[in-house]
Amino acid sequence: MSEASLPVYDSSRRGLKWLEEAAELWQYRHLVVELVLRDIKVRYKRSFLGVGWSMLSPLLNMLAMTWVFSLVLRTGVRNFPVYYLSGVVFWSFFSQVTNHTASMTIDAMEITKRVHIPRSVFVLASVGVGLVNLLLSLVPLILIVLAMGFPFHASWLFLPVAVLIGALFTTGVGLIVFTLASRFDDVKETYMVLVQAWFFVTPIVYTPSLVPERFRPIVRYNPMTYLVELFRAPLYDGWLPGPNTLMFGILAALSALVVGWLFYSAKIEDYGARN
Amino acid sequence: MAPATEPAISLEDVSLHYRVPSEMVGTLKEYAIRKLQGRIVHGDLVGLRNVSFSVSPGERIGVIGPNGAGKSTLFRVIARVRRPTSGRIVIRGRVAPLLELGLGFHGELTGRENVILHGALMGFSRRQMLDRLPGIAEFSELEAFLDAPIRTYSTGMVARLAFAAATDVDPDILLVDEALSVGDERFTAKCHGRMAGFRERGKTFLLVTHSLAEVRENCSRALWVLDGSVVKDGPPDEVCDAYHAWASGGAPAA
Repeated sequence: MSEASLPVYDSSRRGLKWLEEAAELWQYRHLVVELVLRDIKVRYKRSFLGVGWSMLSPLLNMLAMTWVFSLVLRTGVRNFPVYYLSGVVFWSFFSQVTNHTASMTIDAMEITKRVHIPRSVFVLASVGVGLVNLLLSLVPLILIVLAMGFPFHASWLFLPVAVLIGALFTTGVGLIVFTLASRFDDVKETYMVLVQAWFFVTPIVYTPSLVPERFRPIVRYNPMTYLVELFRAPLYDGWLPGPNTLMFGILAALSALVVGWLFYSAKIEDYGARN
Repeated sequence: MAPATEPAISLEDVSLHYRVPSEMVGTLKEYAIRKLQGRIVHGDLVGLRNVSFSVSPGERIGVIGPNGAGKSTLFRVIARVRRPTSGRIVIRGRVAPLLELGLGFHGELTGRENVILHGALMGFSRRQMLDRLPGIAEFSELEAFLDAPIRTYSTGMVARLAFAAATDVDPDILLVDEALSVGDERFTAKCHGRMAGFRERGKTFLLVTHSLAEVRENCSRALWVLDGSVVKDGPPDEVCDAYHAWASGGAPAA
């Protein structure tokens, strides 16, 4: 009998929480994959249109927005459908994922009160599902961009980098929202309202130059401005994002991730222990 | 030079406190307001108080006590679902909590997919579960239905699959809830057979049950839990007799 190979758990031995949580997440990486697969399978088995819906819904959304902001309000944004779509594709990913992390804490608790798993798997799985949907929504986006007379451009190759930076930022915010929502019941509704407001202070349906000078700081200090631009520059402008945009985007992503992980690690054991 | 007698489970002065629901501020806005007013009260409800005992490898412990005594809380601490508020718990070996069968099961997924997901919740990779799948399918007698969504299964079929998936593991320590036997009489016998197999292979057991007969028959030791404390710990017959006397006639707890 090789007693040495037995895993030992000692509740009194505590290392750095952020490091322990990271090690546990790595140990349960298979679970993240399985949770993503479950969500995708269940979603597409249930919905009548299946995968098609993921592609159709951004289209309908684009038509509605074009109607409001290009035909009725006439903001004068050149090629509004492409401008809007290339910005909103990241926004949708972000808002879907973070709203989901805020609303799934009860389901997560059904599992975590029965078996020991790191709760961060649920946040990571949300991001994973969001990434799959993001990739699916890129298909109609690219088709529309091509149809509107924007030919393929080498700058599109930057998109995977934009996705990576955007996913890191989203993970960070998702961790914070998930941790708070595990403890407080009103986080879900409050966050939904906040995200709605956040959408309108981010240049997605308008360009930054349309914002009156005295309100510009709102746009300038909004990290989402830079993250959205990382997607829009390659698709809409056919350029790589400027160095400032890239720098602030990466800075926002890394700060969100670090703050989110530290907050999650410090609080989740207490916040998640509800009966 | 680890001696073979190192306990599989040891609890030293373990206490666990729950937040009192009436003091639990449920919303962030209320929390912020109370914080500003300095009115955050930390009320506690004691789930376990100063529990100490240790279990040697191969022991089969029956945990008895009335509802709400702390049996589930004790299992939660051993399953690492909750960390003790104070005290220390050490566990040597892999714990299989057979408390909630079918954890994570989803009706839209097939039997195969559910088994893999359940395995992932228990910390197994897809590859490991694929290796186990034939055994699980055989034991549950559901080979022909593995690719059908489990919403098409009968309740008994789901229970069989859940039992097979949960017990087709090689843990060192098993946490077992009494309500484990599932399905018709024949399958119940099969379940008992599998549990007996664990027993024969010298696995460490903790069994929570209301059946004193089961404890007398299958356990090597019994723990009587009351009000978050272990009030009696010893040979099954002795503990069961004392518990029975207390429960039926109001004899004082030991």
